[in-house]
Amino acid sequence: MAEKPVAQFWRKIRSVYNIVGTHCKTCGEYYFPPRPVCPNCRRKGELEEYKFKGLGKVYTFSVVRQAPPEFKRQVPYVIAQVELDEGPRLTAQIVNCDPEDVHIGMRVRACFRKIREMGGGGIIVYGYKFEPTMKVTGHNKE
Amino acid sequence: MVGIIGYGVYIPRYRIKTEDIAAVWGEDGPKLAKGLGVYEKSVPGPDEDVATIATEAARNAVKYARIDPKDIGAIYVGSESHPYAVKPTGTIVLEAIDGSHESTCADYEFACKAGTAAIQTCMGLVQSKMIKYGLAIGADTAQGRPGDALEYSAAAGGAAYIIGEDNPVATIETTVSFTTDTPDFWRREGEDFPSHGARFTGEPAYFRHIGSAARLLLEKTNTTIEDYDYFVFHMPNGKFPVNMGRQLGVPKEKLQESLVVRKIGNTYSGSAMIGLARILDIAEPGSKIFAVSYGSGAGSDAFVIRVEKEIEKHRGEVPTVDDYIERKKYVDYATYAKYRRKIKALA
Ligand SMILES: [Zn+2]
Repeated sequence: MAEKPVAQFWRKIRSVYNIVGTHCKTCGEYYFPPRPVCPNCRRKGELEEYKFKGLGKVYTFSVVRQAPPEFKRQVPYVIAQVELDEGPRLTAQIVNCDPEDVHIGMRVRACFRKIREMGGGGIIVYGYKFEPTMKVTGHNKE
Repeated sequence: MVGIIGYGVYIPRYRIKTEDIAAVWGEDGPKLAKGLGVYEKSVPGPDEDVATIATEAARNAVKYARIDPKDIGAIYVGSESHPYAVKPTGTIVLEAIDGSHESTCADYEFACKAGTAAIQTCMGLVQSKMIKYGLAIGADTAQGRPGDALEYSAAAGGAAYIIGEDNPVATIETTVSFTTDTPDFWRREGEDFPSHGARFTGEPAYFRHIGSAARLLLEKTNTTIEDYDYFVFHMPNGKFPVNMGRQLGVPKEKLQESLVVRKIGNTYSGSAMIGLARILDIAEPGSKIFAVSYGSGAGSDAFVIRVEKEIEKHRGEVPTVDDYIERKKYVDYATYAKYRRKIKALA
């Protein structure tokens, strides 16, 4: 059986798995999601594909306590506007952090998560969410 | 020589204590935890599965190795909890690490040793010059039937190893395997939870296969236990690897550092590979590691690994095994059941 929304998710795989957008070489602006034309420069704009570093901070957020059935298992969860270090803002879930610990300005990094499942027999949609940046100790025993 | 160019792990943040599972089933928690040698285990979040765990581990490995992911020519993901019955997890990982479409990929299954089988495959491809780098991953989100003994240990986590020939952080000097038809643990298609042969999982299964592979490896390399600084054995619980060490005459302190099972449980395909990563996190250059995986069904892959000076240049790039072990949040049994979809009425 053919599934209707498969193509629309498949087209976005590259961009949502690795946060790939565009960068205008003329004015220096970064865009996510990717844009076909730079709104600042119009015809003078020169866009190139750009892979974001995946680092940024929480610009604003809200805690979801009433969710649609398919997300009930995750309640309460945090949806935030994340401002990437390169400039663009995107909406994403904050994970690996309790809702009470999320704050505006918190440093976050992109991680890879399941976004939704199209029913028990449908496709699984993956993509970015954000988590607090992690402590790296430096691999020494002491 | 062929070796590990980089490695990375991932362990989900949630933990449940053995005592809290025991309380639900009316068992003596502290006694059970001590007997099993498992005090708490990792639990994946509701939006985590083998594809996300494998990807996080693989991204860490790529960063640690400081290579271009486009140079990876093969990706093999070993697991017994692949999210799809048909559609390889490796395809998702390949895309998520921004790997090259011009590479080969497949999923592996061999209970808890599918990831080490992937390492061996990559070694062969690298040494025959078919590929520059191979990515071998072992990851699982293991499930035990509620109330079954397995529920106390079945955990989630994964490890990724990049295998190649130039400047490895650790050289894989030798590998051998031992395989037989032994039905100690299995899951039929369409079943939610695995079945096992209870007491049969010990002597004829785990101990026979790891023991045989270990002895084969000592024989082949003409070495003895004294020649090695660290030992890693697959960890279905905290008891089996310790008993295995005793049978082989391994001093306790040479095994101790790899026993991550006590704090995260049995991560199945991730188990021995995370144990090995814990050793690579701390071992001095020149150290010799003796590692043996085990997969029910049954088989073992054994490796002799020498830590190289190169490793010092890579440390500090990505979180260590201990960094992940210490990043934790405890959940109660109800939350655990909800996250693990043990409550069937919920979508
Ligand atoms: Zn522009």
